[in-house]
Amino acid sequence: MSAIATPVAGERLLGRTMRGVRSWLPALAVLVLGIGLWEGLVAALDVQRFLLPPPSDIVRTFWDDRDALWGAGWYTFKEALGGFVIGCSAAILVALVLARWRGLSSAIMPYAIAANAVPIIAFAPITNQWFGLLNPLSKMVIAAVLCFFPVLVNMLRGLTSVHPSSIELMRSYAAGEVEIFRRVRIPNSLPYLFSALKVASVLAMIGAVVGEYFGGTQEALGVQIRNSAALFAFETAWAAILVASILGICFYLAVALVERMTMTWHPSARAAE
Amino acid sequence: MLRKGGSLLAVLAVLWGLWEGFKWLGEATELRLGTFTVTDLTMPHLHDIVGQLFEPSRTNGPLLIEVLWDSALFTAKEAAVGFVLGAAIGFAIGVVLHHSRLLQRGLLPYIVASQTIPILAIAPMVVVWTGSRGTPAWFSVAIIAAYLTFFPVTINTLRGLDSADPRALELMRSYAASTWEVLWKLKVPASLPYLFAAFKISATASVVGAIIGELPSSIQDGLGGAILNFNQYYLSSPPSLWATNLVAAALGISFFLVVALTERLVVRRAPEHVA
Amino acid sequence: MTDAAAVSLRQLGKTFAAGEVTALQEIDLEIQPGEFISLIGPSGCGKSTLLRVIGDLIRPSTGEVVVNGKSAQQARRDGDYGIVFQDAVLYDWRTVARNIALPLEMKGWSAKRRDERVRELMELVELTGFEKRHPWELSGGMQQRVSIARALSFSPALLLMDEPFGALDEMTRERLNGELLRIWQETGCTVVFVTHSIAEAVFLSTRVVVMSPRPGRITQLIPIDLSQPRTWETREEPRFFELVTELREALHGGSGREPSLRAAAE
Repeated sequence: MSAIATPVAGERLLGRTMRGVRSWLPALAVLVLGIGLWEGLVAALDVQRFLLPPPSDIVRTFWDDRDALWGAGWYTFKEALGGFVIGCSAAILVALVLARWRGLSSAIMPYAIAANAVPIIAFAPITNQWFGLLNPLSKMVIAAVLCFFPVLVNMLRGLTSVHPSSIELMRSYAAGEVEIFRRVRIPNSLPYLFSALKVASVLAMIGAVVGEYFGGTQEALGVQIRNSAALFAFETAWAAILVASILGICFYLAVALVERMTMTWHPSARAAE
Repeated sequence: MLRKGGSLLAVLAVLWGLWEGFKWLGEATELRLGTFTVTDLTMPHLHDIVGQLFEPSRTNGPLLIEVLWDSALFTAKEAAVGFVLGAAIGFAIGVVLHHSRLLQRGLLPYIVASQTIPILAIAPMVVVWTGSRGTPAWFSVAIIAAYLTFFPVTINTLRGLDSADPRALELMRSYAASTWEVLWKLKVPASLPYLFAAFKISATASVVGAIIGELPSSIQDGLGGAILNFNQYYLSSPPSLWATNLVAAALGISFFLVVALTERLVVRRAPEHVA
Repeated sequence: MTDAAAVSLRQLGKTFAAGEVTALQEIDLEIQPGEFISLIGPSGCGKSTLLRVIGDLIRPSTGEVVVNGKSAQQARRDGDYGIVFQDAVLYDWRTVARNIALPLEMKGWSAKRRDERVRELMELVELTGFEKRHPWELSGGMQQRVSIARALSFSPALLLMDEPFGALDEMTRERLNGELLRIWQETGCTVVFVTHSIAEAVFLSTRVVVMSPRPGRITQLIPIDLSQPRTWETREEPRFFELVTELREALHGGSGREPSLRAAAE
């Protein structure tokens, strides 16, 4: 039996790897095509180079200024991360409380949803006034608030949209509220939570960058983008945008990775062909 | 209806109480959080903020509330156009990607990545580019609003179109339905709850996009311009900036409510399981 | 219509997973117009697969399927059959009336014609008055009646039913059995009915097709000679019990021995 099993197992692994590569091929193709097209069109149509520089120029600037850019990027990323941690932890705590005392939640939910509809970014000037322009805390607060509501709303949904039969089953085992939370509600809420965390990761980064637009230290990405755009130094601006984007993507992927590792049982974690 | 109004008043009263209470406590204890202290500058009285609305915005000028109302309408126009544009494009992209696995694999990563690009950063480029083509500035802001709008709609369109019951798909097959018929008679109606969930997010996003889009475009007429303006003069009149934010919040919430109300009217579904 | 068989299956076979799983093997069956055929067998015997092959929702691997004198694919394209699943599969966003009208809309019927037909059908399934309700407002039994009305809306010659009453309680089930027979007699269609229930198969059918566990084959054909119209009293006739016993023994003796739990779980 085992003599036959090994080559079959090897084949299956190869097959899976090939499938994995194949699923990435179209995206790769688009990337190559896109960059080629960009480079070509800019040259051919003589698009105002200062507006949309060819990729080669951007990459060159990116490389030349890499120290300054990555320094700024890291600074901004720390703001985003801080805001993300604060906002998401607060949201998770509040969600757990609201799920436990349901009366509160039905009263508060509509307002949480409405609060989510407020353009938080408009408060950036105010946090700047509170904590000072150069203080990263002023941007962190913005990022935190941006993360708070989506995570709260989603986590609460996840904790409460449990099938009534699951609860009845637990009660038949004489499980207390804490047990029910541990064994039913929290596992049920994980997909909702991670979905919101992925959104929040991107929002945190954007919140930090946009918050910096209203003013901040020179080592911040948002400030650099604004300044270089104002000076029409669009290559630097685009290079900085590239950094912001890469950091945002990495943040998102990091959350997605944690999700994969935590939720190995969920259908979405199995090979999506 | 009366009860809803009553509970709204109650919540507002509680919030007012929390604000004033915190302010009173903070001032009494000289609270410090980093460089943050509680003063009339950092936390104006709520009645001052509301009162400011009925003061002239500058000497012998129109009342603040009039100015903010006009700004709000201006921004609302940009946001609404951006919302419609973004929703339509987002939906169309979603439908196309739903029908082609290949395109999905090729394009979706970039569509997701596009949202990591801070729009604030590309706003000046968009404004300059459309400006050179003669489109009015507010339309460029609408484009930026659309940029923030389309993404949730695309993602949820994809999810919604996939959510159709496989049995229902078999049923359509038994009627020898064409792809078009299956799309419009089954998949799109099945996706409405997902679409409206996205629209609610997008409603807010379009307002945010409009406000942010105005900033680098030096557009004075909208709320973004008002925020910048009152931020500059914060020290002389803190309540003005707060009042502006109040109006911005109201704008965001009203957009959201319009979508939520439309959802009530359009989407009929079985009530959800809650335990 | 000619005396051509309503459904004709010759040497039909179906395998899945690149030949590893044989769902159906060498199925030969002729169904005459107006018959009520039940397909019965243990789980995994392929009866639902067979139903779907007749409806061209699954392509056979070998053999021939002729429905109404045409290929199964053509029959599906021409709308020659209606199908009812165990789950009513109603659209939540449509009212009961609009759910029934769905296939008619797709066949391009005018609104007036559709409304008339829906009214007729609702009388037929005894749901008059529920036109404007939504599916979730109805009980399981009522939802199934809507599903049956929808399947009959364009008066197909053939009705395919996949354990339509499986999710209902016994009393509702027996009642709907009676109603189904009434509808069958009134419309004169041919019915192919998949079921798990021995009593149901005997009560409803003119012939019962007994299938073996995987690979699914036809082990026996049992004609049911109970008189029509059948009522609840029919269930208490001695002949009914004889036929039920005969069917049960056919199911047990299909492979010459008692079906073990393992075989049924394949």
